[in-house]
Formats: sequence, C-alpha cells, structure tokens
Amino acid sequence: MKELRYDAVVIGAGAAGMAAALEIEAGGFTCALLDREDQLGGILPQCIHNGFGLHEFGKELTGPEFAELFAEKVLASKVSIHLGATVFSINAQGVADKEILCSSAANGVIRILCRAVVLAMGCRERNRGNIRIPGSRPAGVYTAGLAQRLVNIEGYIPGRNVVVIGSGDIGLIMARRMSWVGCSVKAVIEIMPYPSGLTRNIVQCLNDFDIPLHLSCQTTNIYGKDRVEGVEVTPLENGAPVPDKAFRIPCDTVLLSVGLVPENELSKEAGVELNAMTNGPLVDSTLMTNVDGVFACGNVLHVHDLVDWVAEEARQAGRHAVAWLKGERPKVQCRLKAGSNVRYANPGRLDPNRKNKVYLRSLIVKNDAVLELKLNNRILRSEKKGHIQPSEMITLSVGPADLEGADSDAVLEVSLV
Amino acid sequence: MSKNSVLPETSGGKNDVYDVVIVGCGVSGANIARRLSVYKIHVAVLEKETDVSFGTSKANSGIVHGGFHHNRKYLKARLEIQGAMMFDRLRRELDFPFRRCGIIVAAMHEDEMKAVEHLYMQGADNGVIGIEMCSRERILDLEPKLSQDVVGGLYAPAGGIVEPYRFVFALVESAKKNGVAVYTDYLLDGAEWDAATSTWTLHAADGRSLRARYVVNSAGLYADEVSRTFGAEDFHISARKGEYYLLDRLTKARPSRVVFPVPTAVSKGMLVIPTVEGTVLVGPTADATEDKTDLATTSMRLEQILDSGRKMIPSLSRNDVITSFAGLRPVLDEDFYIDASKKAPALIQVAGIQSPGLTASPAIGEYVKDLLKGIGLELTEKSDWDPFIDRHPRVRESTPYERDELIAKDPAYGNLVCRCENVSEAEIVEAVRLGHRTLDGVKYFTRAQMGRCQGGFCTYKIIKIIMRETGLTYDQITKHGNESRVLEGEL
Repeated sequence: MKELRYDAVVIGAGAAGMAAALEIEAGGFTCALLDREDQLGGILPQCIHNGFGLHEFGKELTGPEFAELFAEKVLASKVSIHLGATVFSINAQGVADKEILCSSAANGVIRILCRAVVLAMGCRERNRGNIRIPGSRPAGVYTAGLAQRLVNIEGYIPGRNVVVIGSGDIGLIMARRMSWVGCSVKAVIEIMPYPSGLTRNIVQCLNDFDIPLHLSCQTTNIYGKDRVEGVEVTPLENGAPVPDKAFRIPCDTVLLSVGLVPENELSKEAGVELNAMTNGPLVDSTLMTNVDGVFACGNVLHVHDLVDWVAEEARQAGRHAVAWLKGERPKVQCRLKAGSNVRYANPGRLDPNRKNKVYLRSLIVKNDAVLELKLNNRILRSEKKGHIQPSEMITLSVGPADLEGADSDAVLEVSLV
Repeated sequence: MSKNSVLPETSGGKNDVYDVVIVGCGVSGANIARRLSVYKIHVAVLEKETDVSFGTSKANSGIVHGGFHHNRKYLKARLEIQGAMMFDRLRRELDFPFRRCGIIVAAMHEDEMKAVEHLYMQGADNGVIGIEMCSRERILDLEPKLSQDVVGGLYAPAGGIVEPYRFVFALVESAKKNGVAVYTDYLLDGAEWDAATSTWTLHAADGRSLRARYVVNSAGLYADEVSRTFGAEDFHISARKGEYYLLDRLTKARPSRVVFPVPTAVSKGMLVIPTVEGTVLVGPTADATEDKTDLATTSMRLEQILDSGRKMIPSLSRNDVITSFAGLRPVLDEDFYIDASKKAPALIQVAGIQSPGLTASPAIGEYVKDLLKGIGLELTEKSDWDPFIDRHPRVRESTPYERDELIAKDPAYGNLVCRCENVSEAEIVEAVRLGHRTLDGVKYFTRAQMGRCQGGFCTYKIIKIIMRETGLTYDQITKHGNESRVLEGEL
C-alpha cells in the first residue's frame, strides 16, 4: 500500500474542490485534490447550458467552460491531482495526522496522511424512493441529472414522451434539453404552490417551449410494467390531495428533479456533526466542522443555486484552512441563528473581528421582503430584499461594525419579514 | 435411462433429451436443480424471465425463519425446520450473504403474550434450539431499539437473514458448474407426452423445444398454468402482494435482530429486518391481487408499513427511506403442495410455496429428489461433483490490504462504479460474465444501484459496461428484460 503525505487534502474536484485547493496551494502548503471521476469539474462538464460564471468571471459561460477555467489553473499549480480515486475511509477525529484511504485502478489503495481536510464532495439528487411515489417499477424513471449525463455526454435519448416531476433547476434545464433533442415534454409537476427552480429557468426552459407547469400537484402513481406508461397527478387544495380531481398523463419517461442532498456519508464517518436543516456539516466562522482541521464548502455544506457562489465559498474555506495550518484561530466567535421565515443561515458562527459572508434561504415567497438583523434581541439593521423565494439563496455581509463587542455568547439572528 | 445420459449441451435444440427438466428458476427450482446436479443425470432448468430469481424470489423478506410459526402437522413446517438447518453448510459452499442474527417476536400488549406462549410451545415442540420466552427486561436487553411499550416476547437465536436473489444466483452457478443447463426467456407454451419413449416434449413460445423424461413444476405464481399445460391437476394459484420499504444503511433504526410482531391468523405481520447487507427492510403487507404481474406499491399500504414498524421500533423515519417495492406470494392452500402428479405422468408438482418457502427451499430440493426417485428416476452420484463455487471478491467486504491486493491482480477492482454500496467495475464485469445482463440482474448480483442514490450516479456506467462486455447495442439494454428498454434513441 502506497503512503503519501500532504499538508491538506481536498476531497472532490468540482468547482468547490478546485477553488479550495488553489487557495491552499497559494498559501504555501502542499495539497492533494482527490476525485472519484476521471476528470476535473465534478458535475459541470455535463451542464452544457449557459448561465455560469457571471459573478466569478464577469461573463456568461457554459458548465464545461467554467470548469475548464478552473481546471487550467489547477493543472498549472502544484496541487497534486488524483483522479479515479475514491475515498473510502477517513480517520480524522482526535488524531494528530488525519488518515485518508482511497482506491484507484492506477495506484491501488493509497494511505494519505495530512493535517487539514477540506470536504467538497458535492450533493446527490433525491430520487423516487425519497419522495415515496407509489406505483410500479418500470424502466424509464430517471433523475434529471442522470438523464442529463445520458444526453449530453453519452449521447443517448432516455425516452420520447417525458413528464418532469419537481421543478428544480436541473429538471427545468432538462425539460428544455429534451425538447431540443426532439422529445415531447408533457408537463412539469410541482407539489409546492411556487416553482422550486430559479425564475430565469422557468421563463427560458418552460415558457419559451410552451411546457405546462402544474403547481400544487402531487404525483400519486407511476404506471407501466416494462416501461413507464404514464403518471397520475393529483391536485392539492390547502395542502391536501383531492383524489376526485386526479388526472393521468401518458408518457414513457419520468424525470425527477425533486431536490438535492449534500453527500455527507464520508463526513459522518469522520465524526462530523450535521445540521438537520441543510444536511451539511455544522461549521464555524472559518467553515470548520466540529472535527478540528476538517473544513467543508460548496454543495456538501449546503446546496447552492449558483456555482459562482460555490467557488466563492470554497475560496474562503481554502483560506481558512491555510490560516488554520499556520496556527491561527479566531479569538472569539458569536452565534448566527435563523429567525423568522429563514430556513437556515450558514455558517453557524461569525467572527466579530472581520467581514463574514452569510448565506441564507427563505422559507417563504414574498415581495418587498425585509431582512432584519438582531444582535442579542436588539435590532441592528434592516435591508430591503425585494422579492424572495426559497429557491433563491440570499447572501449578506456581516462585519465588525455589526458585531462590535460581540462575545462568544452573543447571538446574531437573521429574519425575513 | 440415466446411464445413457451425457452432459448437457446448452443449445436448447430439438434433440436434447433431459432426464429432468425443472420449470421455473426461483429459489425452489434452483435448489432442486442444484440437488440433482449431484447425480449422473442430464438436468435443465427453464425460466420464462430473462434472469433467474426474477419472480417471487427477488422480492421477499429474506428470512431464514425460526421454526416456531407453523405446526409440525404441515409439510411446510417440517421442511422449514429441515431447510433452516441446511443453510450453514450451503453458505460455506456457496458464499452467499447469510447470517444467523436471531429473531424476536415483540409483544406490545399483555394480551399478546398468550399468543407468544403458544409460539414458544410450538417452537419447543418443533425442536427449535435455544428458543426462549422473554420478559420485558430481557427483550429490551436483546434489542434496545424496541419501543419502551414492549411487554415481552419470544427469542429464537437461530433465525437468520439471507439475500434471497444472491442465494438463488449461487445455487444456479453451482448447478451450472456441475452440468445443469439453464435456459432463460423460456416461456413454456405447450407439452406432449409420448408414451412410446416415455418422454415429454416441451415447447417454448419462441419456437425452442426440448424433451424430458421427468418434469418438475416449480413455476411459482404460474404453477397452475404449467400444471394445466401438462394436463395435470387443475388448481388455482392466487397472488398475495407484499409491499416493503427499504431504508438507508445509516438509519438509526436498524435493529440487530429480525423483529416480528405477534402474528395474526392470516399473516406473520409486518417485520423490521436488518438485511445481511446492512440496510433495513420494513414490511410486508398482505393483499390479494388478481393480476400476477401487479408489483405496484400503494400510498395507503406504505403508510401502514411505517406506522406498523414504528410501533415496534419508534426511531423508524420516513427520511431514511431509499425505495419501496412489492413482491407476490404464490398462494394455493394452507400448506405447500409438493407431490407427484396423480393425473400426468412423470411430473412433480411444487406449488403454493409461500412463506416459509425460502427457508424450506433446501429441504424442498431434498424432498423433490426423493419424490423423483420414488417415481423411477435412477440416481447415481457423480464422483466429481463439486459443492463449491468460486469466491466472488467484494471490495466493500475487503480490508484495505485485501483491496490493494485485488487491485494489483485486476485494476478494475480499484474503479468504484457504485459509490453508495461500494461496488467496483470488476464486480459488475463478473456479474455480466455470469449472465446477469440486465440492470436489475447486475443490481441483485452486485448491489450497484441498490443504495441511497438508487442508480442516479452509476446507471450510465453500468449500461456502458454491459454493452462493452456483451456487445449488446444501446437499445438491447433493459431494466429487467422484455420491453423494459432503458434507452430509446441515439443523438
């Protein structure tokens, strides 16, 4: 068994992993970047649509282009890249040297020792079982991401007459993609009264193609023995299904776009505590988990809607890992708490001595919303946020001016009113 | 006669004459085939599906029962007790996932303790080793995840868990290794008896045919139709559906033993099962259905499963659900019907094999062998019968050092295809080379697509491996055979 040693190991080479690894290397530390796939970029290479990079690069790029700009930097750096390498064990808690075991066809099992770990494994799609759609189990039911892979990279068309369940962004993008390859997209079914994807995707992917979006509708059955033959859709009234109004849509393919879940199975094994709201690790102001020297960023921490923000957050995580490797620790950290109408706010702690970037998600849809900050129950300030909805992440900068004098017992509460 | 038999050729051609043809390759057929592979006879198994174990044997609780649920007056109880004892040796020979984790029956109310006592006495009478009555304290000690409302129960330490399809695959692999021919996609369409040669001629729907001196009808849900095809007894197999939930291996609700409720008159109730492979199964329900292909789950039943499971193990959470599925029990009578046909010559009926069929199946193999002998089949043991099959290494079960050695021998062991269940490319290739050429076949053999992402990440990789290994084109790749095509076009 081969043994290697680095100052830091980044697990996952998508946008988050690449951004974090570049920061660590720039900070003067040795760094390995591991990914189970054979190429850099994570899920980006299959996202051939545009809309990436507006914040990060100031121009509109496709997923592969966005990934390539980062990959070029990584390849030009001294970051040690291990592709086709699957991490299957992390021992990180209460040890001086963290131990990571990974296997690859090229190198067999490698034991990697390091001081810091950055978790950047991304997320996975929720599937039919997770949302418990009853019915038969025919061929033709795919997650939207799998269909995206099949069409955009493998060059296959999974089916001809498509119903998309859930209005997540990948589902909307795939509704348009399937229309472009000549398939008929019969409908998009969304259980909530509002779409769960970005507004721009509703307009560009559904409205422009006359694809009906059924809001407040639940998929209550999938029919078909060998291949999908149709779905049953039941409208909801006041949140409860009305079986009398159920209708059937014939189709041969069902694509599921019903949410993303951070992939934290390895994190759990490493002893990392998770936040029940985000399904990602609980992190402090330095994006460090409860396990000393283990950081998290990107979609493994919480699901983002824009890769630009993934990269931004990951750079922060990389810098914090560098500071940690140098022995720097925040002097004091106060708590950040999700208040009214806020699903979650990340990170869980803030450093009153510097600027902190806060990411939060709304629980409500509202026009003319106001974001309210309270420190120890005292209103600090309010910001007008215009239209808010759960699918659009809200970001916020909190600095020393806001948190002056805050000690480790202080609580900053963010609310949407 | 058997001494004239030659080892089978796998052509399925018209001139093949088999000493025994087994119709149906579920767990009964597979056990019978493997048992008969010991002898110098020419044996074939016919399966109408595209892979073996694709019927009742793929979707059930996977329990090796404790021998206390049925009275010894029933054949099924006697075969259950005998079969249960045969699993340890089979596991050593065939290396399928099986573990004696023990079975608990949890009584949630004082009134239920009467029934528990009855089960205990029945078990003791059946000769079950180690069976015990448990106080509340004892049962909570045995299974701390039980509800605090439990009042007591029963413990059968020898009960166990098995992966049913892997058991069938291993039996079939062993049978094939010892000369048994297996024909899949072989839908029996007709049969004639030729009195002059004392042979049956069997016809498949696709035109294939073969001849047999003896026939075993182990056709599960379709044993009634097969019986009629041979002009034998007219009986009716009805289907009773059982729905299940499968939970993630990281659930906090995984018990260490199989947990049964106190049974009712019609069923053993809904169980919480820690599968051998680390996930948790909750179910089954029991509903009669007219359609023998109806494997649909229903929202009402799925809710009942969770409610019922939670009464025993309160930490069961819908958030841990990975998937749901349904299986069909072939229901005939209260007991199994295993006997030589009184109407058709040279035919053994193996019908109505519902619970505890999986447990009983090794004993069914033994029993059917004796029945065949009873109606004239000559059985002489082969000198070179090999009870063992090759081990199939699994990276998830290997230590890091073993894994490193595997990769050194074959780098494909280092290429992880299924991240949720930790399945390497080499294991997928092995499944395909053993004949599992559908997505479901690969799933049951390797566990790839069976974990928390349900194939979201690995399906396209598996499709590519099947195409590469078999030369099948994209439109020939199916989920489970027939018309279950996975891809409908190319760009």
